[in-house]
Amino acid sequence: MKLLVPVKRVVDYNVKVRVKADHTGVETANVKMSMNPFDEIAVEEAVRLKEKGAATEIIAVSAGPTACQEQIRTALAMGADRGILIEHDGILEPLAVAKLLKAVIAKESPDLVILGKQAIDDDMNATGQMLAALLGWPQGTYASKVEPADGGIKVTREVDGGLERLQLKLPAIVTTDLRLNEPRYASLPNIMKARKKPIETLKPADLGVDVSPRLTVLKVEEPPKRQAGKKVGSVQELVEKLRNEAKVI
Amino acid sequence: MAVLVLADHDGSAVTQPTRSAVAAASKLGDVTVLVLGPRSAADSAAKVAGVAKVLHTEDALYTNGLAEPLAALLVSMAPEYSHLLAPASAAGKNVMPRLAALLDVQVISDIAGVVDADTFVRPIYAGNALATVKSADPKKVITVRAASFDPAAAEGGSAAVEAAPKGEDPGLSNFLGAEIAKSERPELTAAKVVVSGGRAMGSAENFHIIESVADKLGAAVGASRAAVDAGYAPNDHQVGQTGKIVAPDLYIAVGISGAIQHLAGMKDSKVIVAINKDEEAPIFSVADYGLVGDLFKVMPEFESELAKK
Ligand SMILES: Cc1cc2nc3c(=O)[nH]c(=O)nc-3n(C[C@H](O)[C@H](O)[C@H](O)COP(=O)(O)OP(=O)(O)OC[C@H]3O[C@@H](n4cnc5c(N)ncnc54)[C@H](O)[C@@H]3O)c2cc1C
Ligand SMILES: Cc1cc2nc3c(=O)[nH]c(=O)nc-3n(C[C@H](O)[C@H](O)[C@H](O)COP(=O)(O)OP(=O)(O)OC[C@H]3O[C@@H](n4cnc5c(N)ncnc54)[C@H](O)[C@@H]3O)c2cc1C
Repeated sequence: MKLLVPVKRVVDYNVKVRVKADHTGVETANVKMSMNPFDEIAVEEAVRLKEKGAATEIIAVSAGPTACQEQIRTALAMGADRGILIEHDGILEPLAVAKLLKAVIAKESPDLVILGKQAIDDDMNATGQMLAALLGWPQGTYASKVEPADGGIKVTREVDGGLERLQLKLPAIVTTDLRLNEPRYASLPNIMKARKKPIETLKPADLGVDVSPRLTVLKVEEPPKRQAGKKVGSVQELVEKLRNEAKVI
Repeated sequence: MAVLVLADHDGSAVTQPTRSAVAAASKLGDVTVLVLGPRSAADSAAKVAGVAKVLHTEDALYTNGLAEPLAALLVSMAPEYSHLLAPASAAGKNVMPRLAALLDVQVISDIAGVVDADTFVRPIYAGNALATVKSADPKKVITVRAASFDPAAAEGGSAAVEAAPKGEDPGLSNFLGAEIAKSERPELTAAKVVVSGGRAMGSAENFHIIESVADKLGAAVGASRAAVDAGYAPNDHQVGQTGKIVAPDLYIAVGISGAIQHLAGMKDSKVIVAINKDEEAPIFSVADYGLVGDLFKVMPEFESELAKK
C-alpha cells in the first residue's frame, strides 16, 4: 500500500495569535511555525502502517510557501520516504488544496491518503472531505483507529455521542482525530537522514490547477474580551452568588 | 430562493443545534428542512418556528449518516437552493465539505454570524480572531456554530411534510457498528449548565464527582482533552477547539488549567465558574467566579450546599 500524507505549516499551537492592527489578518511575522498537530498524527499513523508491513512507501506533501520544506523535513525525519512541495505564496483554501492534492494523486496513485481532521489556524475541517469528493473516494473522518481489513480499511470514528466503525473500499481518505496515536519525536540520526531524502518542488501551474480563493476576507477582528471576575472565599459564597447574583441555578 | 437545512435528530426529534441552524438559515431565505429518519423527527421539524417546508425520507441508505450517499443526495437537490446549511456537528462537518467540493464551491465552516447572503463571520485560530468572509461562489455550503445562534422555537411552525427525492448509493463505504452512549443527561451542546472535569480528576472513578454534581444541577458533563486522553471521560465529552463548542448559561470548570484550546470551546458561556487549586491558573482570567481550593474537598461540599434550598 502506498500512502500520501498532506502536512500543513501553521502557527504553533502554543502561540497566542494577535489580530493585526489594520484588521487584515493575524500577526504571523516572527511567530513560531510548526506542522499542524493533526498532521503529525497522520504521519505517525502512516509510519506505523509501514512498520507493520502494511505500507510500502510514504509521501509527504505540503502546499504553501518555500518554508513548508521545514514541515516536509519533519515528516521525513519521522519516517516518510520522500516529499513534494507545491510552492505557492498566497492564500490556499481547502478547495484549492484538495484540487492540488488530486493532481498529485493522479501522478502518484496512492492507496490511502491520511490528512489531519482540521488545521488549527483556519479551523475549516474540510480538506479531507473535499478531496474525497473530488476523487469519488470514500472518507473516514475523525479516525481514532485505522486497520487494514478485507482488502479495504476499517476506520473507527469519533462522533457525537461516541464511536462508530466503517469499512471503506480502497483507495480511501482518512482524517485523524486526537486519539489515533501519539506522534513520536524524530531522533537526531533520523533528522540527519531526512536531510538526504528527496523533495520535489512543483507549482500549481505545473499541475494545471487554478487556486484562486473563493472567499474574500473583509476583516479580522478580536473577539470581545472577557473580564476576569472575582474570587469567592467559600463554597457557601459561591452557591449564594450563583443563586442570587448570577441567577443561573 | 429557498434555503436548505440538513437536520440532525436524536431518533425522535430534531436537535437543538439543528434549530440554531434554522435560525441562521431564516436570515437567508425560506427554510426547507431535510430530515432523514423517523417520521416523528420530520413532524418535530415541521413545528419549528420559521420552517416553510420539510422534506422527509426513511430510506435506510441514510440511517447511519454515511457521507458518500448523503452528499450525492444533497448534490441532486442543490439546484433548488441558494444556501445549504447544517449544524456544525460531527455529522454536518463530515458531509458538508464533501457536498461543497462536488458543487465546486468553498465550504464556509462553523459560522458564528450572518452579515448578508454572501458574507459570514467565522472564528479562526481557536476563536482568538473572528474573520468576516465574503463568498464569491454561486451557491453557499455552510456549517453553523450552534452556540452562536439562539435556536428557533421548537413550537409555533406548521410546515407541510413532503417526500424527499430518492438518491443513488455510490457503494464506497459500509457501516459496521457504533458504540453510542445513552445518557439521561442533557446533550452537551444544548445544555443550560455544563460541569467539566480536567486532568486533576485523576481517574475515571473520580470523574463520578463531576457527574453527581452535574446531576444535582440537571447539567451535562464535559471534559478537557487531557481528561479524555487519559481515559477519565469518553471522547465525545471533550470541550474545546477540536472538541465541542458550548455556550451554556453556566459552565463550571473543575481542575482544568484553561489552555487556549479549551477556552475556545467554552469562553462564550454566560457565567463561568473555575475551581482550581492553583490561583495562577489561566482559567481564572475568564471566570466570573473563581474558587481556589482542592476539588476533592470543594466538590463534595458544593454538592451538599446545592442540596440545601
Ligand atoms: C483571515 C485569513 C487569512 C489568511 N491568510 C493566509 C495567508 O496569508 N497565507 C496562506 O497561505 N493562507 C492564508 N489563509 C488561508 C488559511 O490559512 C488556510 O490555509 C485555508 O483556509 C485552508 O483551511 P484549513 O487549513 O483550515 O484546512 P483544513 O481543512 O482544516 O485542513 C485539514 C487538513 O488538510 C491538509 N492540508 C490543509 N492545507 C494544506 C496545505 N496547504 N498543504 C498540505 N496539506 C494541507 C492537512 O492534512 C490538514 O490537517 C488565510 C485565511 C484566513 C481566514
Ligand atoms: C491540536 C491540539 C488540540 C487540542 N484541543 C483541545 C480541546 O479541544 N480541548 C481541550 O480541553 N484541550 C485541547 N488541547 C489540549 C490543551 O492544550 C491542554 O493540554 C488541555 O486542555 C489541558 O487539560 P487540563 O486543563 O485538564 O490539564 P492541565 O493543564 O494539566 O490542568 C490541570 C489543572 O488542574 C489543577 N489541579 C490539579 N489538582 C487539583 C486539585 N486537587 N484540585 C483542584 N485543581 C487541581 C491544576 O492546578 C491545573 O490547573 C489541544 C491541544 C492540541 C495540541
